[in-house]
Amino acid sequence: MFLTPALAISAVLFAIGVAGVLVRRNAIVIFMCVELMLNAVNLTFVALAQQLGVAGQVFVFFVMAVAAAEAAVGLAIIIAIYRHRETVDLRDINILKG
Amino acid sequence: MTASAVPLIWLVPALPLAGFVVNGALLFAAPGAKRAVSAIGVGVLLLAFAVALAAVLGYAGAGGGAPEVFTYWSWMAVDKLQVAFALQVDPLSCVMILVVTGVGALIHVFSVGYMYEDPGYARYFAYLNLFVFFMLILVLGASFPVMFVGWEGVGLCSYLLIGFWFGEKANADAGKKAFVVNRIGDFGFLIAMFLIYQNVGSLDFNAVFAAAPAALAGVVTAVCLFLFLGCTGKSAQIPLYTWLPDAMAGPTPVSALIHAATMVTAGVYLVARCNVLFAMSPVASSVVAGVGALTALFAATIALQQWDIKKVLAYSTVSQLGYMFLGVGTGAYAAGIFHLATHAFFKALLFLGSGSVIHAMHHAYHATHSHEDAQDMRNMGGLKRWLPVTTVLMWVATLAIAGVPPLSGFFSKDEILGAAFARGQAQGIWYLYWAMGLAAALLTAFYMTRLMLYTFHGPNRTGEKESGHLREAPWMMTGPLVVLGVLAAVGGALNVPAIVGGGARLERWLAPVTSAGAALLPAGEVSPGTEWTLLGVAVLIAAAGIVGAFRLLDLNALVPARSAPAETGFARVLARKWYVDEIYDAAIVRPVVWLSRRVLWQGVDQGAVDGAGVNGLARAARALGWLGSRLQTGEVGFYVVLFVAGVVVVLRAALR
Repeated sequence: MFLTPALAISAVLFAIGVAGVLVRRNAIVIFMCVELMLNAVNLTFVALAQQLGVAGQVFVFFVMAVAAAEAAVGLAIIIAIYRHRETVDLRDINILKG
Repeated sequence: MTASAVPLIWLVPALPLAGFVVNGALLFAAPGAKRAVSAIGVGVLLLAFAVALAAVLGYAGAGGGAPEVFTYWSWMAVDKLQVAFALQVDPLSCVMILVVTGVGALIHVFSVGYMYEDPGYARYFAYLNLFVFFMLILVLGASFPVMFVGWEGVGLCSYLLIGFWFGEKANADAGKKAFVVNRIGDFGFLIAMFLIYQNVGSLDFNAVFAAAPAALAGVVTAVCLFLFLGCTGKSAQIPLYTWLPDAMAGPTPVSALIHAATMVTAGVYLVARCNVLFAMSPVASSVVAGVGALTALFAATIALQQWDIKKVLAYSTVSQLGYMFLGVGTGAYAAGIFHLATHAFFKALLFLGSGSVIHAMHHAYHATHSHEDAQDMRNMGGLKRWLPVTTVLMWVATLAIAGVPPLSGFFSKDEILGAAFARGQAQGIWYLYWAMGLAAALLTAFYMTRLMLYTFHGPNRTGEKESGHLREAPWMMTGPLVVLGVLAAVGGALNVPAIVGGGARLERWLAPVTSAGAALLPAGEVSPGTEWTLLGVAVLIAAAGIVGAFRLLDLNALVPARSAPAETGFARVLARKWYVDEIYDAAIVRPVVWLSRRVLWQGVDQGAVDGAGVNGLARAARALGWLGSRLQTGEVGFYVVLFVAGVVVVLRAALR
């Protein structure tokens, strides 16, 4: 019964996440947008699980576990970069290019 | 024979090995314990000699003849290749172990006196014991690989002892030269071993010699020539003899033991051991005899014009080894071994006597803080006044090596020349070898008399102040000299030929070993009349050499080495050893060094391996990395495009 609004919110959240990743320069914001996309997918899983069975709910736990690990590693990297370069602007982070 | 000592034969090499281990431990644990080192170093040799004597007597008492093989453990077992660590007692190895342990023990005793002041005393005896161990393995081994262990081991000890005073670069270089030159010969030995295994399927002496006439017929000449290449390295024959004169850089007792009496005779032993193979190949026999005769003559000419007392003896050794090869190449295996034994006696005596002289000279120069050459004969002269015992004993050895009857060298040398002459009846080339041997005998008598006259007779050239410090060596050194003097004098009794009423005992003793080879050779018998003539010629030649030296050399015209003028003309060619070292240097050493440096080092190693291999891979990785680094633009949109493209590719591949 909540399926349509749930999927709609999920689509909106995902679109916001994609847009944020594409237009923002701040690494932390991009990072949060990635999380947003993950959670949009989670919402889809949960909503569809109402009709398709409990497997979707189980999958959500996996996604959350992976997202937590990714957040820990990703934030650590961002902090390390900030300590070195005093910035988290991705335009300035291209030292591989030399 | 329940009480036979033959099964104790393992003790003979084991004792020197134990001596090496204990002395080596003392070297680190208690470097100052010289008494203990002397007692162990000399003691194990005396014990080994006693055991060897008991074993040989036991073996002879049991009838002798048939080889007794003692197998201790399986060494190499790979498919059909079965090599056991086994020792073999037979008439030939009996003679060799007695010579090695007997002469070795005397030289060990002499070393106690000669080396006592040296800081490397324990190291010296450890090496010397190790050498005796390897030499005994060499002569006792019952198969080619076991013999090869000893063969390599004595080479190692020779290297260690030549470079014993490695603080001076010349000594270390001499050791290296000996090692490298010997490796060329060892290569020949190895190839011969491979050929034998390929054709016979076994490497045990008895199996190989029994199967040889059938299995080796096609390759026997190659096998023998490769084996002989090994002999030319180890036994210092042309073309690989150049290391031996340089080996005199080691302590004098080492020269006596390793580079005169024992190790350098390993090649002669090898040919005598493989007499069946060499007898099967007339070409190889002729090469062995020819090289031997040529070396005998060639080295003798060089000895004529050397001033260093040890260099004279070194070239003399090369020359006498040539005689032994002339003997074993001719097929007179017993005569070759006989000369090996008598040479061990008189050459060890000559070297130890020269050691006694050098010892005295060194002390005289040391006492007066003089820096003259203690080995140069031009600095000696008239030493008989101060060194009477050494003088008498050296004269005994000189007359023995010159071939004056009835001293030992007369019998052994005459037998070799007689055998060469007899073989000449069947193959004319041997007349030439005989003539070369005779010429070498003349030169031998001459240069040895020259050495004696310059060293012990005439006016003294050591110096006013220095001559007062000349002293005869202590009994510890003269004692072994006396024993060797007796042996050098009466050693000929081992094998007095039938023509002068002797029993040719050594020849009959060795017959079980040599008969197989001798049976393959053309019988060469000379009439008693010819034999007497040959004896007479040999004596005349020896006398001519000695008298010639007395008449031609002017002892009063010599001046000390420092003020001596350089030689001119032919004497200069002889003094510079026919420029052989220079020729080898230009023809072999320099091209090899150039090849190593320019091609192998700078071309192959630096160019191909480093350039294309190591650095090339690194450059390729860096180029790829550079390409990848272009992708990091800082534009997230670009990343996403790449990311999506990547996902599409992976999905396509996965869903196909």
